[in-house]
Amino acid sequence: MSLPISKDSTAGLILSALFGIIFGFLLNKGRVTQYNVIVNLFRLKDFTVMKIMLTAIVVGGVGVFAMKGMGLIEAYQVKSANLLGVALGSAIFGVGMALLGYCPGTGVAAMAAGRIHAVVGFLGMLAGGIVYAFSYGWVNENILSVAAMGKVRLPEVTGIPAIAWWAILFVGVGVVFYLLEKKFTTSEGES
Amino acid sequence: MSTNENSLSSNRSRFSPGRLSWNPYAVGAGIGILSWLVFLVVNKPLGMSTEISKFSGWIAGIFMGQEAMVQNAYWAEKTPAFGYSTVFLIFTFLGSFFSARLSGDFFAERVPPLWEKYQGPGIAKRMIAAFIGGALLLYGARMAGGCTSGHGISGTMQLALSSWLFFPVMFVSGIVTAKFIFRRKVA
Repeated sequence: MSLPISKDSTAGLILSALFGIIFGFLLNKGRVTQYNVIVNLFRLKDFTVMKIMLTAIVVGGVGVFAMKGMGLIEAYQVKSANLLGVALGSAIFGVGMALLGYCPGTGVAAMAAGRIHAVVGFLGMLAGGIVYAFSYGWVNENILSVAAMGKVRLPEVTGIPAIAWWAILFVGVGVVFYLLEKKFTTSEGES
Repeated sequence: MSTNENSLSSNRSRFSPGRLSWNPYAVGAGIGILSWLVFLVVNKPLGMSTEISKFSGWIAGIFMGQEAMVQNAYWAEKTPAFGYSTVFLIFTFLGSFFSARLSGDFFAERVPPLWEKYQGPGIAKRMIAAFIGGALLLYGARMAGGCTSGHGISGTMQLALSSWLFFPVMFVSGIVTAKFIFRRKVA
């Protein structure tokens, strides 16, 4: 079997089920299906989300970087840097995440843990998707086209090689974790 | 010898499926390693919001008709169809469900206690906020081209410029919004 396999093949679908089970299981065990854990990140009282995300980025990123170097991965899959669209979209996203207390992935996982307000939030997401689709023509023309740099990565934009970026990130994340552990002896925020 | 056994059994209990929580660094490392596998096997990053917007398309199709729906400029690009990401979403749900059932984290929550402290016990108010929050989430995610998984984890780990812009802006926006929501306790 040569990799990558077609994602919509039977084998791809079976593996997707396995990946999904693991992802959902980890989200719940990481407590990010709990409302408090997400909003207390934004209140700077609980950094569980930050610890999970930064560890995932560093562990995942170094592995992906190494596999790309060894030719095991075909190509990077990054999203277009439409700077205005990304900036505006992520600002809107942040408001939504603080209001709902979940993001799309953790929202799906929270529904599965019985959180009824997450179910309502999911219905909201469906509505948001419909509104986006109907405004897409305008958004595409007037927002996504502004400062559109394409599917670029930091090494190309800055001229700083990827290996140096990883060195910087390793040190940066290490310092953040050290400070978090030193300052917050308990990860439990106000409940 | 006995210390070895002790540390072994304590390690086992630390990551037993029945526990309410696992160490966040371990969970993060697990998600990181999961992304290696996903990249290796299907060369596709972890993501969630694109699939949800396809669910939106399915629902819109019920009301406006399938042909009209696929004429829409967005759904013409991201055409709703059962596939890899659909399965991923469903099984993410199931994975969390199993974990929650095993640990006793499964319970019906309408108004979270922390929200209630600052915004009151009203169910309608909480549900309206959740609905609007969800709508903003997906609208923002689609405009930005990804969400916490697609940008926040998968994009940043590939050193994507777009994702390293997404991460800090989302964080600051969430902090500012939380300032308003949790400004004053009720009663």
